[in-house]
Amino acid sequence: MSERSWPLFEVFVRAKRGLSHVHVGSLHAPDATMALRNARDLYTRRQEGVSLWVVRSDDITASSPGEKDSFFDPAADKVYRHPSFYDVPDDVEYL
Amino acid sequence: MSAYRTGGTAPTADQDSAAYLLGLADDAMVYAQRLGEWLTHAPQIEEDMALANISLDLLGQARALYPRVGELDGSRRGEDDYAMLRDERDWRNVALVEQPRGDFADEMARLLWFSAARVQVLVAGSGDPVLDGVMGKGAKEVSYHLDHAAQWVVRLGDGTDESHQRMQAALERVAPYVEELFDDDPASLAVAFEVRGPLPSETRQYAVAAVERVLTTAGLTLPGPGPWRARGGRQGVHSRPMGSLLAELQHIARSHPGASW
Repeated sequence: MSERSWPLFEVFVRAKRGLSHVHVGSLHAPDATMALRNARDLYTRRQEGVSLWVVRSDDITASSPGEKDSFFDPAADKVYRHPSFYDVPDDVEYL
Repeated sequence: MSAYRTGGTAPTADQDSAAYLLGLADDAMVYAQRLGEWLTHAPQIEEDMALANISLDLLGQARALYPRVGELDGSRRGEDDYAMLRDERDWRNVALVEQPRGDFADEMARLLWFSAARVQVLVAGSGDPVLDGVMGKGAKEVSYHLDHAAQWVVRLGDGTDESHQRMQAALERVAPYVEELFDDDPASLAVAFEVRGPLPSETRQYAVAAVERVLTTAGLTLPGPGPWRARGGRQGVHSRPMGSLLAELQHIARSHPGASW
């Protein structure tokens, strides 16, 4: 019945200031405003967050599992892309 | 009977406060029970969760208030004594909250009015220093409940022809129970006088304005005065559904006195 009329939304929660929003799950809602409220009730009821994002699942363009090899494997042997070929000075603490 | 009206002597300030806070607590307790009935019956599991959250917020408000009532009325009763062991005539809630669960539009109409009135009461405070924190926290909670109801009333009122018609019909059904929220019973008169806070009748205009804003956005009409209106809850006179509500709420505690797990 209602599965048809209520679209799916993906929910992102920021746990605290300074951190990024992290995907926590999905839910149904009639629109984005109600999705935000449902997300508040489902995903932040134990003080998990200080900020919420919701986005229609339909609006996410995802990479296909079938393209995994051509998308991600070519990066595997390119170690020169990692910033690991120079020495970090001793007095630089937080790099 | 409650501690309010002990013999022929005038009630003390503490007894007035106790009677006033008992009304606040009983409204929350009884409505928490009714909202809990929505679990597995709401349009979506997300809405089950939303209504259960609101129910638990109100249950928490009742739990915080009852022990303080027990101190003020001198009975030293605890939360379980008030919730589980009182008979119908000792309850002080308004008739609105004890009415049986209707359809979803009925519930949103009830939640809208209940929250619009209660948020005014909680913001005003009780004059009781012990409860300032409880009232402040409750005001935030009930502001959210009001928003939840408003969101749905707007969607149903401004939705399809059928949802509009059913939301309007729900407002008409709830209307006779609204005015009781704003009645000045003896306890609220006394408390308002002692702490110079607002009377329920003085908060009415703000609650009505909040509801009217929602209804205007939703394209709905505020029902006018009807041929009858509910009264008597604050004196312990309840409507027929209250009996079965209490039976369901209390039967475990009364069948197994003092049991724990």
